[in-house]
Amino acid sequence: MKARIHVYLKPGVLDPQGAAVAGALKNMGFDEVTAARQGKLIELDLDGSDTAAAEARVDEMCKRLLANPVIESYAVEIE
Amino acid sequence: MKSAVIVFPGSNCDRDAHDAIARVTGEKPAMVWHQESALPDGTEFVMVPGGFSYGDYLRCGAMAGTSAIIPAVKAHAERGAPVLGVCNGFQILIETGLLPGALMRNADLLFVCEKTPLSVENGNTQFTSAYGGKRDLVIPVAHHDGNYFADEATLDRLEGNGQVVFRYGRNPNGSARDIAGIVNERGNVMGMMPHPERAVDEFHGGTDGLPVFESLLGSA
Repeated sequence: MKARIHVYLKPGVLDPQGAAVAGALKNMGFDEVTAARQGKLIELDLDGSDTAAAEARVDEMCKRLLANPVIESYAVEIE
Repeated sequence: MKSAVIVFPGSNCDRDAHDAIARVTGEKPAMVWHQESALPDGTEFVMVPGGFSYGDYLRCGAMAGTSAIIPAVKAHAERGAPVLGVCNGFQILIETGLLPGALMRNADLLFVCEKTPLSVENGNTQFTSAYGGKRDLVIPVAHHDGNYFADEATLDRLEGNGQVVFRYGRNPNGSARDIAGIVNERGNVMGMMPHPERAVDEFHGGTDGLPVFESLLGSA
């Protein structure tokens, strides 16, 4: 199984890297860009075939290491 | 005073911390590798030094916060004994949950390395008593992720409890309410981005960091 974890800054938390990306795109002429948020994608290869069990384990991994709940949210896909 | 400095792969202020502690206490601190699971018997003060533990991968301090030695550092703090985290050490203490909030990328995205004016906001902690009422300091900072963040309720609580210990005179990183250093509610765990261990000798260009270590010596 594979787990794909998207980690991103919570709404309202200043994202200076996202702001710099949006600024650069505008400078390049992509005027339709009004904002950018930058996050992380973490892919895990997992042993086992029990999707529900994997979801619970990956959720624990996110809480304990992969995301910082003070500033970040996360979303998990298992396939 | 028996002290310990925790050393992670990527720590680079561990020897400065060692020298500052040795100079003030007259005793060399134990250098404790992160894979140890216990502090040396009788350790009274623990310092988590600056650097780039684990290359700052994932989030600054996140990986170091899961090291084998961390439960012993937490137990030490929970006994009420003093723990000081500087720079990456501050980031690590935050990641372990010993201090509230988060330290984010500097608002202007620049690595900042300069002497920074600071004010002592609370001179009655066991880390600041030796300032003796002195309020204005200059201590160097050197970091990329020192932008302190917490929700408004947490910030209000920190201010109300006198947990904001140091504030920037000229905010170098976008830190909320110019916060440069905080203590936990109990007052025995302090984290700060500026480097007091780099301001303990006239050769460093100033000695405004010395009282942090002198305060601890007085409290032990």
